[in-house]
Amino acid sequence: MDTLLACAALAAQLCTGAQLAAVDTGRGRDLWEARCIGCHSLDANRVGPLHRGVVGRKAGTAPGFSYSAALKNAGFVWDEARLDQWLAGPGKFLPGSRMGFSVADPADRADIIAFLKTVR
Amino acid sequence: MSSIVQTGRRSLLRASGTAFLSAGAVALLAGCDRMAAQAQTNGASADADVQILNVALGLEHEAISAYSIAAGSGLVTKAVLPVAVQFQGHHKEHRDALVATIRKMGGTPVAAKPDAEVAKALNAASLKNQTDVLRLAQRLERGAANAYLGVIPSFGDRMLAQIAGRLAADETMHWVALSQALGDSLPPKALTLGA
Ligand code: HEC
Repeated sequence: MDTLLACAALAAQLCTGAQLAAVDTGRGRDLWEARCIGCHSLDANRVGPLHRGVVGRKAGTAPGFSYSAALKNAGFVWDEARLDQWLAGPGKFLPGSRMGFSVADPADRADIIAFLKTVR
Repeated sequence: MSSIVQTGRRSLLRASGTAFLSAGAVALLAGCDRMAAQAQTNGASADADVQILNVALGLEHEAISAYSIAAGSGLVTKAVLPVAVQFQGHHKEHRDALVATIRKMGGTPVAAKPDAEVAKALNAASLKNQTDVLRLAQRLERGAANAYLGVIPSFGDRMLAQIAGRLAADETMHWVALSQALGDSLPPKALTLGA
């Protein structure tokens, strides 16, 4: 029984590890630099829209970027929860969007979002 | 099935007139032929796949421009120039392969942006010497490798996912070469690339 409980506790810890671990903005910056830079810049539209100020910005509204209809008409403001779902699977979160790029690890997503919050 | 594949390839080669498809493009198309039947039964996912391929094509267009900007900057020495031209050649082959695949799947390939627009977006005006140029190329190549690795799970078609893996391998090759030229050591830990 004790072992069972210990196992359950361990499993719970593994599953919620992302939420328990402190969010690391510096690590988020490095991850952003490695993973997002292929398509995004902070201050210029490239293959993807510019990222500065994206947290708190209405989806699909970076000036001069040509969005998919799905993102243009999304009608919400980017917050942590929505960014997390978007990065976990953009095509699933917003069918018809065309980013296609996802970040599987919840802790990585949390750190990247924490970094995005700092670029205003 | 294999005779259909052969016919498809031949007619495509003929349709392209005097220009010939690179070996890479033909290899990609062979993969696409195999999945054509699958795609017909799953139109939505084929459309999504074309969208991802078009984002990838945008990335390749940008890389081609970036190497042109680098080559024309006057900052790159005679010794480095042929390498830049070679890498740009790889990106052109990627572009041609993606364009052919997107067309074959019924999509419209995105057009390239003018070099001047790319130069502005990449802040090329801030490049002062060859090291700056190599650093920018290094960042973009690693970004591209990671971009390709990160879109793999989104493809409905496994052949296209494999192609993304092959493209990522090419970008990684460029990143390693650029890192060596800059004197950077390889990452001490494994599995630093990709999601
Ligand atoms: C393969 C290229 C690619 C990569 C890599 C990529 N993105 Fe994107 N991203 C796009 C594209 C293209 C769009 C526009 C999608 C559309 O119009 O449907 C986009 C849109 C977005 C948006 C919506 C912005 C807005 O203005 O509404 C966010 C947020 C975003 N990306 C975050 C990220 C983050 C964070 C990363 C790195 C973890 C990342 N992206 C990596 C291509 C990419």
